[in-house]
Amino acid sequence: MRWLRALRAPDKMAGFAIGRAAGGYGGSAPRKMLSRALAGVLIVAGICVPFLFGDASGFMNATIISIAYAVMALGLNIVVGSAGLLDLGYVAFYALGAYSLGWFGSEFFAKAQVHVLVSPVASVLPGVHLNFLLVLVAAAAICAAAGVVIGLPTLRLRGDYIAIVTLAFGEIIGVAAVNGQSIKLGGGMTLTAGNLGISAVDSPYFPGIGSFGLLDLRPWYWLIFGILLVVLFVNLRLRDARLGRAWVALREDEVAAVSMGVPLVKTKLLAYAIGAAIGGMSGAFFGTYYTEVNAGQFQFGFSIFILSMVIIGGLGSIWGAVVGGMLLGYINNYLIPDVLNGLPGKFGLSFQLTQVEFGIFGFLLVITMVLRPQGLLPERRHRLELTAAIPAEDAQLGTEPEGMA
Amino acid sequence: MHPLRSLVSVGHVNTTTIAPTQPTRRPARAGVTAVRRYLGRWSLIAALAALPVYYGVSDLVNGYQAAVVAGHPVIHHDLSKLGFNFAEGLSDGAIWALIAIGYTLVYGIIELINFAHGDVFMIGSFTAVGLWAPLGLGLSTSLFGVAGGLVLTLLITMAVTGSLNVLIERVAYRPLRNAPKLAPLITAVGFSFILQNVGLLWRGGSPQSVADLIHAQQPVFTIFGVPILRGYLLAFAVMIPLVFALTWFIGSTRAGKAMRATAQDPEAARLMGINVNSTISLTFLLGGALAGAGGLIYAVYETNIWYFQGFKAGLIAFTAAVMGGIGNVRGAVLGGLIIGVIQSLSDSRIGPQWTEAVVFAYLIAIMVLRPKGLLGEETREAG
Repeated sequence: MRWLRALRAPDKMAGFAIGRAAGGYGGSAPRKMLSRALAGVLIVAGICVPFLFGDASGFMNATIISIAYAVMALGLNIVVGSAGLLDLGYVAFYALGAYSLGWFGSEFFAKAQVHVLVSPVASVLPGVHLNFLLVLVAAAAICAAAGVVIGLPTLRLRGDYIAIVTLAFGEIIGVAAVNGQSIKLGGGMTLTAGNLGISAVDSPYFPGIGSFGLLDLRPWYWLIFGILLVVLFVNLRLRDARLGRAWVALREDEVAAVSMGVPLVKTKLLAYAIGAAIGGMSGAFFGTYYTEVNAGQFQFGFSIFILSMVIIGGLGSIWGAVVGGMLLGYINNYLIPDVLNGLPGKFGLSFQLTQVEFGIFGFLLVITMVLRPQGLLPERRHRLELTAAIPAEDAQLGTEPEGMA
Repeated sequence: MHPLRSLVSVGHVNTTTIAPTQPTRRPARAGVTAVRRYLGRWSLIAALAALPVYYGVSDLVNGYQAAVVAGHPVIHHDLSKLGFNFAEGLSDGAIWALIAIGYTLVYGIIELINFAHGDVFMIGSFTAVGLWAPLGLGLSTSLFGVAGGLVLTLLITMAVTGSLNVLIERVAYRPLRNAPKLAPLITAVGFSFILQNVGLLWRGGSPQSVADLIHAQQPVFTIFGVPILRGYLLAFAVMIPLVFALTWFIGSTRAGKAMRATAQDPEAARLMGINVNSTISLTFLLGGALAGAGGLIYAVYETNIWYFQGFKAGLIAFTAAVMGGIGNVRGAVLGGLIIGVIQSLSDSRIGPQWTEAVVFAYLIAIMVLRPKGLLGEETREAG
């Protein structure tokens, strides 16, 4: 497949994706060196973070969750940002990823006895137990397939209808997760454990390192940081590859792109599949990190939460998705619950900030869209497009003035 | 009875949208296309008829348990259970129809799925219930008092939600008129969450029961063994006049004409001296007012309100609008009634916990089989 070949370094600028992205497109040799050095420093700094903060402060926990959100935002950014397909049902892939872990990394399927490269403790337990990396692969595969299924009916639809169909799929998956206890698979096993949750899921285990414990957060951090780097690399390589350019072409003008020979069906479905696979990997990580897969987690609000990250970071911008994911992750898991939660109480209001967190994100969405629609770290194309369009506030409705296109 | 649009419009300029709007189809032979169009419509109708026909036949052949008398189940072989499902579904559908009209009007005129619309409906319910105490409406109020009070509540609620909808348009959508289509859609989602949290702070996070003002579950008369409850009559007593008033307004007044013209081609309408901005505001006012009316009926009929009701209602009503054909007022009413029946069938036969999934499955089926809906969509792109 061509897009895979793109990952395998097809051109002479290959292999420096992260460095190149930090320095923008192309650039002279010294600049390339500089950006590569910058990327190296960032990676080393990222690896060193756990040595600076203790587990107790809650900051490490928030960081791990924020990075996992950033991974999700990167996945959604492919679908919404690069390919321009507004997906409001992204929570479906969170759910499927988490359930991949629940299915293949716990005692949930108690009748089965499958053990592949798992810790000595897990290898004597009933159920399906796969190594966490295999679970990641399974989650990615399941979600990619689901992404294609969700993508198929939307191929012929207009942009805003895509939003509704994906939303509907996300809700159907959510309903199925909640009511999964009544879906029998035979042998007394059910599809999900509903709101009871699948608990006692396996911790990641790697031969030579051992199982991850819940007391030491560092291995978790390095694991999700590693996942982030891999996903980031894939994203950056795809952006400039044939596939990434095809996504942008379809987003900008579908008719023109198709007439230039961009395969519509394959390109769109690949956007859904790759975006879904990334979301599923992050979902599997969340499953094992939260040590539970509970149907109550998979609400529509989560889709909007991830979408807010992509939009606040800057639609289509890879670094924007990372920054947006980290930012909202910290706001949601550190700032609102730990730092600002008592704030309304100080003003004599009888609610807590955690109650209205989705309202806060909604507000951020509106503010971002009205004041800075290009996001914090805009993609170049979007920046041009959005800043050119906004000042003409009182201009003609629906149609662009002459010369703007 | 003029729907929002009926004339063929010129194609509209659409150069910088993020989501391309023109669906591309591979060249197919004319015969295949004709067959496909035919199949699309009839397969949708078949899909819609499947549930009632299946359960109707099943009731007649296998019977259903109508009651338990002295420990023995009483099995009936007739259609009155199906009739009951229909009666309940149609009156639920009246509420969805009122909300769906708001979606369809707004989509017809600015091609935006107003995600916040369902939450405007929720605010409508909250406003209506909030008004009862100051107006002195309660269980002990006399019949005329309740009737008069409800009419007053209805008018105030419609004014409040209409204004709220206009305000949302002014703050969240108007600044983004020329931005890519995705932008107002996202602010709409944002506003939906803001309104939900307003509701959450207003009346707390759990469903609240409200006074059963009209004793909604009390049967008034029976047709073919199907009891017609007071709640059903209320739903239709509010919905039918409002829909007639709306179609008259759109079809026969100057402002309605301006709405139709703006829906067809905003640029040309502006050149003809129509104030496009105030016409759009008017559309939001009408849509919001109808949602408020829906909210009142919902509160009186369900006697239960909570901040999350708008989200689900909004999605159901949007499904209804798409099913009827978006931009098409009659379609929205038809779609609302059909969705109501599907919902009620699913509630009573499949199980209420699956209803949401059933409705969404229908939404996807519509998108696949016949994206332009039963009565045909009336938007700029459909022409």
